[in-house]
Amino acid sequence: MTTKALGGLLRKEIYHVLRDRRTLAVITLMPIVQVIIFGYAIRTDVDHVRLAIVDPAPDAATLELRSRFGATDTFRVTATLPAAHDLEPLFRRGLVQGAVLIEPGFGDNLGRGLPADVLIVTDATEPNTGSVVQAYVLQVIQAYERERGATSSAVRLVPSVRMRFNPTRESSNLFVPGLMAFVLTIISSLMTAITITREKETGTMETLLVSPLRPWQIIVGKVAPYLAIGFVSVLGVIVEARLVFNVPLRGSLVLLLAEGLLFILVSLSLGILISARTSSQRVAMMGAMVGTMLPTMLLSGFIFPIESMPWPLRAISNTVPARWFVVVARAIMLKGIGLSYLWRETLVLAVMASVLLVLSTRSFRERLE
Amino acid sequence: MRRILFLARAEVLHIVRDRATLAQVLVLPILQLFVLSNAATFEIRNTPMYVVDFDRTSASRQLVARFDASGHFRIVGQSASLDAADEGLLRGDVTLALIIPHDFESSVVRQRSAGVQLAVNAEKGSAAGIVQSYAMQILNTYAAELGTTFHPSMISVRSGDAEPVPLPGRARIDVQVRHWYNETLDYQHYMVPGLLVALVTMIGTLLSAQNIAREKELGTLEQLNVTPLTRGQFIAAKLLPLWVLGLVDLGIGLVVGRAVFGVPMRGSLLLLLGTAGIYLIVALSIGLWISTLVETQQQAMFVTFFIVNIYLLMSGLFTPIDSMADWVQVVSLVNPVRHFVTIARALLVRGASLQDIQTPFAILAVSAVALLALAIRQYSKRTA
Repeated sequence: MTTKALGGLLRKEIYHVLRDRRTLAVITLMPIVQVIIFGYAIRTDVDHVRLAIVDPAPDAATLELRSRFGATDTFRVTATLPAAHDLEPLFRRGLVQGAVLIEPGFGDNLGRGLPADVLIVTDATEPNTGSVVQAYVLQVIQAYERERGATSSAVRLVPSVRMRFNPTRESSNLFVPGLMAFVLTIISSLMTAITITREKETGTMETLLVSPLRPWQIIVGKVAPYLAIGFVSVLGVIVEARLVFNVPLRGSLVLLLAEGLLFILVSLSLGILISARTSSQRVAMMGAMVGTMLPTMLLSGFIFPIESMPWPLRAISNTVPARWFVVVARAIMLKGIGLSYLWRETLVLAVMASVLLVLSTRSFRERLE
Repeated sequence: MRRILFLARAEVLHIVRDRATLAQVLVLPILQLFVLSNAATFEIRNTPMYVVDFDRTSASRQLVARFDASGHFRIVGQSASLDAADEGLLRGDVTLALIIPHDFESSVVRQRSAGVQLAVNAEKGSAAGIVQSYAMQILNTYAAELGTTFHPSMISVRSGDAEPVPLPGRARIDVQVRHWYNETLDYQHYMVPGLLVALVTMIGTLLSAQNIAREKELGTLEQLNVTPLTRGQFIAAKLLPLWVLGLVDLGIGLVVGRAVFGVPMRGSLLLLLGTAGIYLIVALSIGLWISTLVETQQQAMFVTFFIVNIYLLMSGLFTPIDSMADWVQVVSLVNPVRHFVTIARALLVRGASLQDIQTPFAILAVSAVALLALAIRQYSKRTA
């Protein structure tokens, strides 16, 4: 009897979801578009630096130095100026990111063994770009200097750099695990919170309650369609990442999906908790946005490094479920490691899931009685 | 005109009366500014690093001290075991491992060249490249200093001025570095102007879309349609309070940015507010346009969030436009957020004049006119 009723509720919910085309379109399109955006747009590499060179008195030595900047792929020399005062407008318009100012008599000084002055100016509006540009320019100058001074006594420290787990630093590799967390949060927490609150707001929750359905069945019925959408979206993200960006899956798919389920459980409980505590869709939306979606985006380490944040934010980030899931998903996909390394994160997620589940069912029941 | 003012007053009362909206308008932006400016950055600070020092000499210890003192790195462990470093990388507790070989100092002294190994956990954040370049920079500076301690002649990234002594037969170049516009390399100075734009965008687009969608949902839009109010008057009355609100929010944001984060304001504030006025027309038009597409507030919220999200991520607010793939850079030219972010940074941080920002300014102005016309047409068609 009640299983049939549950079937009926499920069918009704599925109709609801399918009928609202716009929301459905956004939910399904968002992950797909975001994979593309994150893959191509969210990058921090600095290359093709637009460089200006100020060379008031060109001589053989300065020409040689200048040609070195032209020869590397790192730089694009966009302006060569005779005087420094023309530099400022270029910077202010953002036409150049860095400049090398060579003093007059550079070649002479170099030949006589006097220090030859070079000034590096960077546009440090974006500080990382500023210091990276400085490092690049310095490298070129130092290489030039080494070759000039054959009897060089300069010390060289030659680093060999290994980029572990993601040698080409493909940004899509980093974002796909985070995007999974993001999609699951939106669908499990936000949509769940809104759909249950809507039932309350329109007064139809009362109707459902006097039906033979048990409270848990109502929740299952409301939540199940979104769960299905969430799972499909996640699979879609993985497939797209694989096809378009060649994102690896080095670890076990089963473990990844199991951890995903655990995370869904956490997010769902959060969604139910929010809906139990609020009575209007607007408040539920705000609560879900501020409580789940923004933290997932900002404090999960999905885009921005957590280590760089001040301690209050780092402390808060520990309470964000997505932070743990992102670590797990990344580790499974990129490092191919298993539970022996990830038990800590898994444990945290499991504890969160059980606590939230108890809390949410309790507060849901309280509200009903 | 009087009708517009009446309706506009009603709107203002609505906003002020509804605590949720008021919170959304006044508290959230400030909160956003505080959290985002600290969270949404690619600043490299306290990056956990592990040191494997096989050399244990004063030269190697000094190198480690340089990393520690830079502020970019925090040494979380040190041992003579490669396995421990590897373990840390695998577990994810360590982002950078520095491995100093056992002949480090002797190589520096005898061959004037020594190798070190850097292992970066490139799985962590997209900042791995920046972590690497900061590490290289520390190495370079240290190398230069080693050069001068062992031979007081060669390259020096000079800080004070010492009288140069000719050293015939040796080439040396004195390099000085100047970081314009942000000498202390303060990341907040970069983020806050951009975040103000995000704030104005959210207010303008989300509120206008939501506001009109609510009238639709409640059925009060029908009522307004049968009043003598024309569509143009209705739109003006709806958008005007939000336009003012956006500017007020920007003003508050600027004050907070100045007082709390010490953001520079080198250019004309009047010009910034003027640009914001134009930009708000763009943001409000987009919100109006979204409201014609949706039926409910929920949809309005989702669609707005979707669109604004894409706009913000592709605007250069978080990651430099120059780092994006080429086709993204071209596509982002039609992104109004990008232009306002550019202008806000140019005006506040670089002290640009109108002439310096004329291109993005012109694009914004054209978008404002075009989008407003489009949105009004779309709106009239839908509700006619």
